[in-house]
Amino acid sequence: MKSIFRKPLIGIDKQLLVKDAARLMPELSRRRFLSGGASLGALTLLTGCEVSDSLSAENLLTQVSKFNDKVQAAIFNPNALAPTYPASAITRPFPFNAYYTLDDAPEIEAKDWELEVTGLVQNTRAWKLEELYALPQETQITRHICVEGWSAIGSWTGARLSEFLKRIGADSRAKYVWFRCAEGYTTSIDMPTAMHPQTQMTFGFDGKTLPKAYGYPMKVRIPTRLGFKNPKYVVSLEVTNDYKGGYWENQGYNDYSGL
Amino acid sequence: MSSIAAGEQGPATTRAAEKTIHPVWVRVCHWTNAVAMVIMIMSGWQIYNASPLFNFLFPKTITIGGWLAGALLWHFAAMWLLTINGLVYVILGFATGRFRRKLTPITPSGVIADTKAALTGKLNHDDLSKYNSVQKLLYAGILLVGALIVLSGLAIWKPVQFQYLTALFGGYEIARYVHFFAMAAIVLFLIVHVVMAFLVPKSLRAMLTGH
Repeated sequence: MKSIFRKPLIGIDKQLLVKDAARLMPELSRRRFLSGGASLGALTLLTGCEVSDSLSAENLLTQVSKFNDKVQAAIFNPNALAPTYPASAITRPFPFNAYYTLDDAPEIEAKDWELEVTGLVQNTRAWKLEELYALPQETQITRHICVEGWSAIGSWTGARLSEFLKRIGADSRAKYVWFRCAEGYTTSIDMPTAMHPQTQMTFGFDGKTLPKAYGYPMKVRIPTRLGFKNPKYVVSLEVTNDYKGGYWENQGYNDYSGL
Repeated sequence: MSSIAAGEQGPATTRAAEKTIHPVWVRVCHWTNAVAMVIMIMSGWQIYNASPLFNFLFPKTITIGGWLAGALLWHFAAMWLLTINGLVYVILGFATGRFRRKLTPITPSGVIADTKAALTGKLNHDDLSKYNSVQKLLYAGILLVGALIVLSGLAIWKPVQFQYLTALFGGYEIARYVHFFAMAAIVLFLIVHVVMAFLVPKSLRAMLTGH
């Protein structure tokens, strides 16, 4: 839902989602996030000091963003639950949002799919969908908040990621859980977020099997993080101490992006 | 109290002219705030454009950041400058008694009288060290709006960790509107403030040199 003042609602509406995707997609010229001026490089010229990359505003902003990652990790309360809502609050239709159109979203057959497990775990065997479905499942009705600012309330059903990590013997001292998706999308979260009780391997949406639009066969729902940290069409999970970045993170979005 | 314009009249008025109107901490906080606020507003407009609340966008030429990610980097960097500087200003404002001396009392009758005088062009700015009732109201009011924009910003930045604050604003979506309208109020204030500074240039000088 974009806003109560604006119609139509951003549903699964082709024109709108193309527009949305276009807005999210950085043009090459927009990649460098400093549009004109405001460079500390100019300052170094004035002062006669060496003009170096380390003194560019872009670099400074990146450093502050990393500092903000630490601040957010410190603010994060592992016991604080994201607010939950009644079923009547669910946003219908729930927006589809990606940097591609729904037609270009991955089309996955359950029989061809399995979840690859790698990294600092005791058992790296891949999991079939029916095995994952057998994990204890629960439903949460929480607010999905996009980095763009809009939000929508959805109902997600699935297994706790913490339970899955326990079953594969993940090293709980590892720093990150990194996800790779069918279309090549990547993102990662830190271990405290992965262990949060509301961080969910999602297989169902609004009482039905997770539809293609929201990440069939598996999405990772993280109501304590912005939407782009909630990967869809997940095919691989890695427990790691290395920071591996992600699709949007590598383009300048704040890595932690906590809520 | 005589005005600076009458400074050549004698030693007594010269002393008055040299009286410090804005101590150095006020001037440093004022200009730091000006820089931080302009960055916050212009990057905020770019962020708004990614998911507009109303049926308009801010022209790209008056935004900073280039695109959403860049604007967010600017916004979440300048927020530190804005809030730390703002806290220093508010603490010193109370501790030194400046807020009490300059901004109180504000009475309805005083505000009405001074508004009338201002609209009929009869309000003078001879003594810059004393604010008229309209100034007092606006300067005190903008401090409250400043607190509101910081709190509503926190509410939409951390709607899970600070969920009680977000709930106080009526939830995430309403907090976004509060944040927007607080920005709009600050921009309106800014326009009047800058116009007045140029209509009464010695007030601009006072904020630069202190007297």
